[in-house]
Amino acid sequence: MAWKMESQRKQYGKALVELGKERGDIVVLDADLSTSTRTADFAAAFPERFFNCGIAEQNMMDTAAGLAASGKTVFVSTFAVFGTGRCYDQIRQSIAYPKLNIKIVASHAGITVGGDGASHQIVEDIALMRVLPNMNVIVPADSPETYKVIKAVAKTKDPVYVRVGRADVPTITDPEAPFDLNQATLMREGKDVTLIGCGIMVAKCLEAAQELSKHGVDARVLNLHTIKPLDEKTIVRAARETGGVVTAEEHSVMMGMGSAVALVLVENFHVPMKRVGIPDVFGESGACDELMEKYGLTVDNIVEAAHDVLKRKK
Amino acid sequence: MEVYDGEFITELESIAKKARMYSIQMIYEAGSGHPGGSLSCVDILVALYFHIMKHDPKRPDWSDRDRFVLSKGHAAPALYAVLAQSGYFEVDELRSLRKMGSRLQGHPCMTKTPGIEMSTGSLGHGLAAGNGMALAAKLDRKLYRIYVIVGDGEMDVGETWEAAMLASHYKLDNITVYLDRNKLQLDGPTEKIMSLEPLADKWKAFGWHVIEINGHNMKEIIHATNEAKGVKGKPTIIICHTIKGKGVSYMEGSLHFHGKAPDKQEYEQAMKELGG
Repeated sequence: MAWKMESQRKQYGKALVELGKERGDIVVLDADLSTSTRTADFAAAFPERFFNCGIAEQNMMDTAAGLAASGKTVFVSTFAVFGTGRCYDQIRQSIAYPKLNIKIVASHAGITVGGDGASHQIVEDIALMRVLPNMNVIVPADSPETYKVIKAVAKTKDPVYVRVGRADVPTITDPEAPFDLNQATLMREGKDVTLIGCGIMVAKCLEAAQELSKHGVDARVLNLHTIKPLDEKTIVRAARETGGVVTAEEHSVMMGMGSAVALVLVENFHVPMKRVGIPDVFGESGACDELMEKYGLTVDNIVEAAHDVLKRKK
Repeated sequence: MEVYDGEFITELESIAKKARMYSIQMIYEAGSGHPGGSLSCVDILVALYFHIMKHDPKRPDWSDRDRFVLSKGHAAPALYAVLAQSGYFEVDELRSLRKMGSRLQGHPCMTKTPGIEMSTGSLGHGLAAGNGMALAAKLDRKLYRIYVIVGDGEMDVGETWEAAMLASHYKLDNITVYLDRNKLQLDGPTEKIMSLEPLADKWKAFGWHVIEINGHNMKEIIHATNEAKGVKGKPTIIICHTIKGKGVSYMEGSLHFHGKAPDKQEYEQAMKELGG
């Protein structure tokens, strides 16, 4: 499909600058990656409200806690691999436990980091963040949605983890369409099977749905941008109405979005299901497309998973 | 140098004695807790809450209040005692420490307890959190000050030094840190577990104004704090030489009472010594 390719990070930078203009309580922290995460845009516009903490993510998270405890709305950015595991205790103790108004917007998540290799390709960040009480987890599907997510989370008082990628991603949502943080977005109506994606995999789900339609399969596509709190109602309704579910995420199949969906279905409405995602392994250096293919994140992988589910439906 | 009359200092000392007594009572009734490190920082807490800090127990959310962070969260009993004595909650409530449904958690919890500014317990976080508060005060052009007590065991933590760098980089002269230098940590003497000295030189090298005092002497605590308030463009750390378990003879300098409640006999002796 001929989608426009756009950067999620660029929209993050733009949304932050707008928020900075609108609100004096917005402050931004980064750990020596501001030109990559695009918080540098905010730093240029509001230098007095931007604090570079150096390569010291633990210190950055606790500093954020002190700022939030003093009434600030704090955006903290770095690469996802450094903004989660490297400072997990700080996020747990000083952000999630006291439920402070901090938004961790982490870029360069997943294997689409590409050439940097496994050391920089976090495939377990959704898992780490979603098990933390009080923490919300959001994975925007594309660039316009990233903009809307940033604007929406700035209005909440809760800790939020927002995951974006490094690579430009296809624009599949309408910048003008209304956006509800708490509700999965119906991207395509369908009655035979439901494809649930998050992040860059939503576009792959749409392509898979089109491919399936050539075989007479009418697939529904949901964009599950908010993994916590989970829109259980929409998931269960989709399972009931289509009888089968495939999830797709650029994350380990262990304890990511697919696992969250699986648990909802096991407890509420049993249907055949298949998770598309990165197996329980570390990534490696390579081009995005090559990595997506090797680690099972292609349109074909989703189509195949859908056929498997359809077979088991009978 | 400001002069304080003897009566005023004696009053602070008697408040501290009572805080020591409450701390031991709480830990005894809870059956667990950290008496040694609570008793070593009591005098600093009393000086802060009964003289140094601008605060109002009836309005814990007052926006211009000075902020306090207990980075060594395991000394919570001492902080709770001083908060209760100040009037943040009833002294009777101290009995609920560590019990089901209590507002007084084993380690400080800012969402449960009035007067607690930051949830702590996992070591090495409090200074960075205090820095965040100090940055916010500067942004808001507020004059309130930030006070943090850190333990010497926390000097092992890398984040302590990350935070030390940040405070001097951003010229946070509105934060004052008290280092409770009781020289003992859970597994043994600090110098045996992980060599810390020369501590004063380390902090100086990180860009801090360093003062060393006897951390059980009210006058010295107050004078050092006044000196810190006058330092411009850099943060101040007051290295408070203290005795772990100070005030109860058999706990003083004892490793045994880092994280253990006294038994009945020990409790009674402590009460006798503290005049309870």
